[in-house]
Amino acid sequence: MAFRAAVITFPGSNCDRDMAVALEQISGAPAIRVWHGDAELPERLDLIALPGGFSYGDYLRSGAMAATSPIMRAVVAAASRGVPVLGVCNGFQVLTEARLLPGALLRNAGQRFICRTVALTVENTSSLFTSAYVPGEQIRIPVAHHDGNYFADAETLDRLEGEGRVAFRYAEACNGSARDIAGVLSANGRVLGMMPHPERAIEPAAVSALGGSDGRRLFESVFAALASA
Amino acid sequence: MQVRVLVRLKPGVLDPQGRAVHHALEGLGFAGVEDVRIGRLIELDVANGTDHTALTAMCEKLLANTVIESFTIEGLGEPEGTR
Repeated sequence: MAFRAAVITFPGSNCDRDMAVALEQISGAPAIRVWHGDAELPERLDLIALPGGFSYGDYLRSGAMAATSPIMRAVVAAASRGVPVLGVCNGFQVLTEARLLPGALLRNAGQRFICRTVALTVENTSSLFTSAYVPGEQIRIPVAHHDGNYFADAETLDRLEGEGRVAFRYAEACNGSARDIAGVLSANGRVLGMMPHPERAIEPAAVSALGGSDGRRLFESVFAALASA
Repeated sequence: MQVRVLVRLKPGVLDPQGRAVHHALEGLGFAGVEDVRIGRLIELDVANGTDHTALTAMCEKLLANTVIESFTIEGLGEPEGTR
């Protein structure tokens, strides 16, 4: 059966097309586009993707307004049924604001917007999203954010690390994130939030000038896991 | 009925904006500033009789992110509520 992924677009999302293209390239099936004001998700989804951008102009706090939108109630309900959810950049912020993931994303420690490709260490390779990576592997993925400084209290950070829920860590100084955390998983491993943009690094090696291809295996991991399920 | 909600970063949460402003104050020659923390003031005009429970729920669900922020509700004509 064709892979069914939904990409949610909020007012101010700007990586929704890139996310849809990445999903289509890897799965061969078109991604279903869903608007924030929709109250219901399509049925039988294999994956829900929350893209990057500046939903609602980052009013109040990044991701806070989007977390209250009608579609997010449906996303929270779907996640509770075990539907995998991927949130990238602003999508990660939305997931923390919706309390699907612990912690919060603060303003970058250096106060500046950071837009460059950074080295990440893959910390967890047993999740739905990371099984195609090698443990401890360093990959290069672009970041583009102002509020990417991951914060959680020490107890939460210890729990995340103890449970193997840190998916990616920055392998170089980036935004001041607690324990260099770049991506975290939910307790059941089926929700991933990350600041770096894997959908911007999916081109085959031949055209890798366009951000590289290290993000490709994240989508391949999800596709392989669900295709074999 | 006017209500003011003050949202502040919790102690221990890094405030790079406050730090930058602190630095700028020192640059302007103001001595003796020990620390600067930047928060947010939200003014609400709510129906008379809106109770503290409802306002607290508004803060917890949207106005503040209690992972990183605390909030104070003022102007209810009753003892201040702080969480």
